[in-house]
Amino acid sequence: MSDLTRTEIRNFIVENFLFGDDSRPLPDEMSLIDNDLVDSTGILELVGFLEEHFELKIADSDIVPANLDSIEKIVVFVRQKQAN
Amino acid sequence: MRIEEYLRNSTGKNGAKAALVADGRRMSYAEISDLSDRLAASLMERGVAKGDRVLVFMENTWEAAVSIFAVWKAGAVLCPTNPSVKAARLSFVIRDCRPTVVIAQGKLAGVVAEATANTQTVPQVILTAPHAALPEALDFEACLQGKPRPMPGGMSENDLAIIIYTSGSTGEPKGVMMAHSNMDAAAGSIVGYLENTADDIILNVLPMAFGYGLYQLLMSVRLGATLVLEKSFAFPAAILQRIRDERATGFPLVPSMVAMMLQMRDFDPSYLASLRYMTNAAAALPVAHLAQIRALLPHVRFYSMYGLTECTRATWLPPQELDRRPGSVGIAIPGTYAAVVDETGARVPAGVTGELVVSGPHLMLGYWENPEATKRALRPDPATGKIRLHTGDLFRTDAEGFLYFVARKDDIIKSRGEKVAPKEVEAVLYTLPGIVEAIVIGVPDPVLGQAVKALVVSSDPNLTEQEVIRHCARNLENFMVPKSVEFRASLPKTDSGKLSRRLAAAVPEQTGPDQ
Repeated sequence: MSDLTRTEIRNFIVENFLFGDDSRPLPDEMSLIDNDLVDSTGILELVGFLEEHFELKIADSDIVPANLDSIEKIVVFVRQKQAN
Repeated sequence: MRIEEYLRNSTGKNGAKAALVADGRRMSYAEISDLSDRLAASLMERGVAKGDRVLVFMENTWEAAVSIFAVWKAGAVLCPTNPSVKAARLSFVIRDCRPTVVIAQGKLAGVVAEATANTQTVPQVILTAPHAALPEALDFEACLQGKPRPMPGGMSENDLAIIIYTSGSTGEPKGVMMAHSNMDAAAGSIVGYLENTADDIILNVLPMAFGYGLYQLLMSVRLGATLVLEKSFAFPAAILQRIRDERATGFPLVPSMVAMMLQMRDFDPSYLASLRYMTNAAAALPVAHLAQIRALLPHVRFYSMYGLTECTRATWLPPQELDRRPGSVGIAIPGTYAAVVDETGARVPAGVTGELVVSGPHLMLGYWENPEATKRALRPDPATGKIRLHTGDLFRTDAEGFLYFVARKDDIIKSRGEKVAPKEVEAVLYTLPGIVEAIVIGVPDPVLGQAVKALVVSSDPNLTEQEVIRHCARNLENFMVPKSVEFRASLPKTDSGKLSRRLAAAVPEQTGPDQ
């Protein structure tokens, strides 16, 4: 199940921030912000997607790099939210 | 006074004080001074001579702050470059201003390598971290070991200090030149009307590659205040936390940041209890947003301002006028003049729209190696002969002489407070196979101010919106990338057969290939 979560998150990022370019290397641990993959308005889009797709309620204080700055971090964050 | 004197003076007064908080480091004035002395020495050792250009290609980092002062200590000219520029634009800037050295973040080495692949003279590169793309590059840390040496002789405040490239409607950026004296005048005027003191703690997320962000550093150092430097507003809650933790007193904004704060679900004004002031510039702040943010933060003085790269800042609205005239950007900054004029250069009466012209010690010297563009921008007042900067912005005044921005004269788009030249984006679109015709326009956006929209005629039925945007993202700074692409069967033209942006923006979507 978590593999599906990871795949869905990865697909969203590739579609919306790499504009479908899956030839670019995108390891799970790669910092999205540091590598200019996601910018300030992009984070809001990502949060919107996570809320809608995974039916989560995300607080402002959740919107921090520790939770969102790599595919791996997002997967962990989503799982934590789902467990609660 | 030359700008590096700010650092010397503040260090002399209180060397132990925190100058900069960035990247998890707290750096004192003494430390910044020492490091910039050593970097300056390394630059000179590497052949940087008085008047040479040095490009600084970095995000908001302590290395950038140290580099900025080092460049001036070496008597060189600073060319700050937005870290999100792609190789084509970087290549243009390098070919145009021919820097002796490029100081860049390690992660940007690939862009530098690509940009310098075809330039005639290749600048020396100093990287903050090693990168395989540029194995010959010098190491920034090693350059900080340089033994301080005497500054070059004959340096004056009239020397060229900076070239900031700004997008123009012709599609090619122009290098705005400022002398130290111009910058000093602007900085002095701004700290005056903001009533800044050494006790201020400014939290800056705005890129130092542009005037608005850069001057946060310069003003802070001039005062002996503290600058908390962050790279972006991507994580608003984290920035509000920084404001609280650092007890920041000043927070410069652009309208898209205000929009993002207003969209926050659980915005807690108490996080910003330490703030004394906020400022807005770069684009017009919707009056409704201004009202909402003031209501959330009634204890914070809000300054609506207007400026342009060519003079750094032009106007400010005294906060006591906000209730009476919330849509105004105010009056000329202290020590300068501003007026609204008609095509002949004569002042127009209150209520009449005309072009804003500005004069004062803060005006640019001109555009780098572009006398024609300079002559168009800096023109004598027909009545007095005094040189005035023509801003290219349409303004009007009210009966009391307060200024209101009306519109741009040209078709420059302001997205996220950044200038986007439609021609520049169109040029990139035309390099994508399948694009036959393209027009780029700005459309209203609740967060961005204006969103960039591309209208294209495509000969390739399989070309998707996503592919078009991806192509743009590879070749343009992020804020220039179209947010949406519309495929049309044809694009409107003027009687003389030229593509018309105005008509394209007005005409609703026509049936085109179904994408």
